[in-house]
Amino acid sequence: MSAKKIVEPIVKGQFTYRDLPIGAMIPIPATSLEYKTGVWRTRQPKIDYGRCIKCLLCWVFCPDAAIKRLDDDSVKVDYEYCKGCGVCETVCPVKAISMEEV
Amino acid sequence: MSSQAIFYKTPKDLPREEWFASGHRLCAGCGAGIAARLVFKAIRGPTVVVNPTGCVEVSTSCYPYTAWKIPYVHVAFENAAAVASGIVEAMKILNKKRGKKLHDVIVFAGDGGTFDIGFQALSGALERGHNMLYICYDNEAYMNTGIQRSGATPIGAATTTSPAGKVIPGKQERKKDLIAIAVAHRIPYAATASISHPLDLVNKVRKALEIEGPKVLHVLAPCVPGWRYPPAETVRIARLAVETRYFPVYEVEYGRVRINIKVKEPKPLEEFLKMQGRFSHLLRPENAHVLEALKKAVEENWERLVKLEESGVTL
Amino acid sequence: MARQAQERIAIMGDEAVALAVKQSNVDVIAAYPITPQTIIVERLSEYVANGELDAAFIQAESEHSALSICVGASLAGARVFTSTASQGLALMHEIVYATSSMRIPMVMAIANRSLNAPLNIHCEHGDVMPERDSGWVHLFATNVQEAYDLTFIAFKLSEHSDVQLPVSVNLDAFILTHSVEPLTPISDDDASKFLPPRQPLYSIDFDNPATFGTMALPDTYMEFKYQLKEAAERAGQVYPKVAEEYARISGRRYWYFNSYMADDADAVVLVLGSTYGTLKAAARRLRESGLKVGVIGLTMFRPFPENQLVELLKNAKSLIVMDRAYSYGGLGGPLYMETLAMLYRNGLRIPAMNVVYGLGGRDFRLDEAESVLKMALDGARRGRFDEHVIWWGVRA
Repeated sequence: MSAKKIVEPIVKGQFTYRDLPIGAMIPIPATSLEYKTGVWRTRQPKIDYGRCIKCLLCWVFCPDAAIKRLDDDSVKVDYEYCKGCGVCETVCPVKAISMEEV
Repeated sequence: MSSQAIFYKTPKDLPREEWFASGHRLCAGCGAGIAARLVFKAIRGPTVVVNPTGCVEVSTSCYPYTAWKIPYVHVAFENAAAVASGIVEAMKILNKKRGKKLHDVIVFAGDGGTFDIGFQALSGALERGHNMLYICYDNEAYMNTGIQRSGATPIGAATTTSPAGKVIPGKQERKKDLIAIAVAHRIPYAATASISHPLDLVNKVRKALEIEGPKVLHVLAPCVPGWRYPPAETVRIARLAVETRYFPVYEVEYGRVRINIKVKEPKPLEEFLKMQGRFSHLLRPENAHVLEALKKAVEENWERLVKLEESGVTL
Repeated sequence: MARQAQERIAIMGDEAVALAVKQSNVDVIAAYPITPQTIIVERLSEYVANGELDAAFIQAESEHSALSICVGASLAGARVFTSTASQGLALMHEIVYATSSMRIPMVMAIANRSLNAPLNIHCEHGDVMPERDSGWVHLFATNVQEAYDLTFIAFKLSEHSDVQLPVSVNLDAFILTHSVEPLTPISDDDASKFLPPRQPLYSIDFDNPATFGTMALPDTYMEFKYQLKEAAERAGQVYPKVAEEYARISGRRYWYFNSYMADDADAVVLVLGSTYGTLKAAARRLRESGLKVGVIGLTMFRPFPENQLVELLKNAKSLIVMDRAYSYGGLGGPLYMETLAMLYRNGLRIPAMNVVYGLGGRDFRLDEAESVLKMALDGARRGRFDEHVIWWGVRA
């Protein structure tokens, strides 16, 4: 069963009680990934890769895991989920992140 | 183990797996969200999380959306420790009778579900000695229902049920000492941690998981709308809480106190307070007596911990 | 220690329930003591301490926590049992609803006792009635043998894939819990065959992570509750199949109710719990004089066996519903109100009266049972009753 099959009928309002899991459980993990919280933000982070030292602190502190840690330990913003809080900008030790108006 | 175990030395040592996924509905900049992400980076195998009603629960498990990649259980507000007790004992007996895989049980509860309404269940679970890790993410009020005061709200703080009024300027009662209460149950390990010091936090989670018996972790998690500050400041405020001795970071292992972050020259408490709307009334001259009471509470708490550590007494 | 099948013993109601739980291969027991359920938990903790029952026994620090522990344990895949009464059940109330709505299989024995205030430890059904809307299956025992048998049936019904609901087994405080009656147990072997180790449909499993106990907004809540409604009603259809299977191993067949000559009675009395025995003895005497009375003792109260009761009552000329509980400010006792609704919507215009009795454990004697049956006959003869509700024996 995919997350889409669980989420879409609810979003569209096209379901009956028979289609729902027993006892209001959600039988698969991380269906929240279908909900793109990126639409919340009014500002967004921009990473200056010239300054970034790959300390990974922005990845550590993002409440939404919206900064991805890549295989080579570089970081990338996931704009689908970033809520624009700006915590990453405050924790970056080399000021490589700046929050810009969307 | 008498010295602090180090499982993760640098941020690079933290596992890449996100057991707490994106798409949850916690506020932008939420301290509890940072706490959840960090805590669940330190799991060591099959784990189940028990979460009472609160900010994290409604934001991460609203049908049909779940942010959890590990098994997750919510039942009610005041019974997380009891539900967890049942899971622990069931796993043990089923493992013995039918070979079911044992799971680490982690309770992830807010201060509401821990200090107040959940207090009885916690005390019962600690007394019975179940093998679980109880983590309280403390945003110092009942944030989910709109910032009402809790037993974890510090003296002087303004909440919606202890507002900064003309006659009564904020909460007049002191904050409950969760670690002292937990340690009074003679549990093997209890500790505080702050999201501003992530390596200390994840190492404590992992260390606690390796200890048999009930463990309590008290994690400071600043709240953007509740403490009233711009979302980007969450980590800075948590750090100031530690650097002003407002929130001491220490552990109590088999009754022995060890302060992990020794704040030799504390920053003035005002630096921490002035960043938050919930304390703005304390900086007015007519409320100086309440500010003094808060400062006194902070200093007394720190002195007490220093003396406990120096004396080597076993609590 | 394996028990010989069909060897009759003398045993207290509480002890009989504990024995059934032991034979049911439960995994986790969590309870808080409250008179008069205490003997159940004491016996169970002895069984566990002596190695006779391989289960985890947890004495919780309150009933609310006791039921919460059971919910957690059941989600982990264990077969769980708890027991309470009165104030304890009231304290668990919040979790009682969560248990059925989360579709958690388990069995709870309730020693029906009155609720504060005033404090009273004696027999009444006022503690379980507030739980009747919860979606739990509620079974009522009329004697110790039934309390024992219904426990096994409860586990099997609860865990059935078409049901997945918690089940309560109700036994009267002191009258059943502390009375010694004859019991014919089933053998350990038969019990193991009837109740093999629990196979949960879903459980806490890191390899298949699921989220239990979600929040549901107005767009989905009603559908989840509709599922609960259907499950509660389905339990009534599965019950006879489970009872049939139990009949094959025990020789005792259970149905939605016990009935003594109600099928050809002019006057019928409907009741829950041990008073059925008293009424049956009185009815037997009256039948010897040719008076056409009948008694029905409801075994399954939830789901309410409407069709079967209607079938049995269709020729009755009068009905007295006896309630050992009351809905203050309402139209009568809970069983009476439910029965009236049933009669009305099935077009049965039988004169009916509510006799509220035995609250706070006040005794209801054989001669009083006879009087009530005669009252019912009088109602049948006149085609009406003078009152809707009477409080039997109250000094008013």
